[in-house]
Amino acid sequence: MAVTTDVLGPRPTGRWARRFSALIIVAGAVAVLLPLAWMLSTSLKPESEVFRSPIEWVPSTVRPENYREAVSMVPFWRYALNSLIVAIPVVVGTVVSSTAVAYAFARMRAPGLRWLFLLVIAAIMLPSEVTLVPSFLLFKELGWVGSYLPLTVPAWLGGGAFNIFLLRQYFLTIPREQEELARVEGHSFLSILLRVIIPQSWPAISVVAALEFVSVWNDFLGPLLYITDQSKYTLPLGLNFYKDIYNTQWAHLMAASLLALLPCIVVFFLAQRAFTQGVVLTGRR
Amino acid sequence: MTASPVTRIRRQRASRREAIVAYGFISPWLIGFVGLTLGPMLASLILSFTDYNLVTTASTSFVGDDNYRRALLDDPLVLQSLRVTSYYATLAVALDLVVGLCLALLLNTGFRAIGAIRTIYYLPAAVSGVAVSLLWLWIFQPSGGLANGLLDLVGLPGINWVYSTTWVIPAFVLMSLWGVGRSAFIYLAILQRIPTNLYEAAAVDGAGPLRRLFRITVPLVTPAILLNLVLGIIGNFQTFTQAFVISEGGPANASLFYTLYLYRNAFRYFRIGYASALAWILFALLLTLTLLVFRSSRRWVYYEAGGPGDRG
Repeated sequence: MAVTTDVLGPRPTGRWARRFSALIIVAGAVAVLLPLAWMLSTSLKPESEVFRSPIEWVPSTVRPENYREAVSMVPFWRYALNSLIVAIPVVVGTVVSSTAVAYAFARMRAPGLRWLFLLVIAAIMLPSEVTLVPSFLLFKELGWVGSYLPLTVPAWLGGGAFNIFLLRQYFLTIPREQEELARVEGHSFLSILLRVIIPQSWPAISVVAALEFVSVWNDFLGPLLYITDQSKYTLPLGLNFYKDIYNTQWAHLMAASLLALLPCIVVFFLAQRAFTQGVVLTGRR
Repeated sequence: MTASPVTRIRRQRASRREAIVAYGFISPWLIGFVGLTLGPMLASLILSFTDYNLVTTASTSFVGDDNYRRALLDDPLVLQSLRVTSYYATLAVALDLVVGLCLALLLNTGFRAIGAIRTIYYLPAAVSGVAVSLLWLWIFQPSGGLANGLLDLVGLPGINWVYSTTWVIPAFVLMSLWGVGRSAFIYLAILQRIPTNLYEAAAVDGAGPLRRLFRITVPLVTPAILLNLVLGIIGNFQTFTQAFVISEGGPANASLFYTLYLYRNAFRYFRIGYASALAWILFALLLTLTLLVFRSSRRWVYYEAGGPGDRG
């Protein structure tokens, strides 16, 4: 099958048609950026100017103090630290365990393994609501409610069906020659995984790590169920709490929200290539 | 030529060792699957036939299909939440499909600064959750919010958005449309793989642009549409955080998403048995919808003849 990678696309398009579509594409991009620009603009305004009509994009008085005040109105840095304390073991656990599991599904032969892989795919489709309540009861029985364990331990148990699927598909595209050579030389599966597979798989692994970071950093339902103590709140819980107390102080609320999103935006730009490919690969929301 | 018995035994031993190693590697997932998926699923199914309540755990008994009966026949809020959720999911999935595909077609006409545009369109996929919900809550504020500010700019009257029973769901749909770039680039990846000669041949046969669009482009994109449709239905039926943070189900239950109602039953009223039944109703509904979509896909999804997806 011929593959066209021509920048002009698969068929010649008229100049006016191209100009017209460029116009719409740029307008769409502006529309996508508008909410974030609005967020930044609001966060720098004095509270008294926030409600002005018509819209003022550039604040007449820029007030960066909003940020300093926002982080002291609630223990923002405490929440950020808590989010990090949850995110690090989740991302590491997800990467480690999904890599190992995906490698077995991609390369090893054992009775029943194909059937188990079908279960992985089925688990992707399973709505999390079905397991939500009994999982809560299980963690309550274990005495884990109120700690971070219900949020972090599951990441080490396979790292999610989606990630296993994604990594397995990636491993299948790696040529086998090098591995077979290593097998003949008597290397174990583990050493092949570490020395041959992983060094070639950083694109896929960074997809998993980046997507997982964003998802755990923004997770709300998990902490909402399991974190009871305010000093253990993660950022999403903290922001929700913030909203309940200062629900009309939009400038400060936007400053805090923007700060909370910053790590995700940084990760997005760092892992941008991996990120856009990963979203295409998984279709994940 | 047959292998000698010694080689055969050695091979058997090696493959047994490989099987043990394989199960060792997947054991974390296996434990997780049994302990956190299969076990809870079974527990949830059993609980759904009981009146288990976290407050009155001592007096739990089996109640047969009472929970299901009550949910489907006697609880108007279940009906309301199903209506709200399916209304939202239909609009969100349909718009994501149409706008995403149109955007992909436009991007495919040879837009130059594709790298920068890709970054911008993908940005919403990187941010989500409470912070983004707060942003949209601010955007939808009737006074001072961006949405009404823009309406005012073009001379239209303001809307009460998330405080109006009519507009709260469209507001959520608008918010979901912010992430449409993701779908557009999935479609674009496929469009760029369509061989040019297909279009050339069609043009030689005298097919106009519209005909080429509906006879070549759209059929070749249908497998991706199917994937987005299924994932979109499942994903949108699980909407929770936005509803919890922005509108708390209101006004007058106009944004009582199904998962929000399930959450309330389980963790606010502690009706574990009832909430489990609600979870299984959702599961059955999604399973049915997914199967229906797959079933219908035989009629509208185009698989290249002889390809791995060819089902005749």
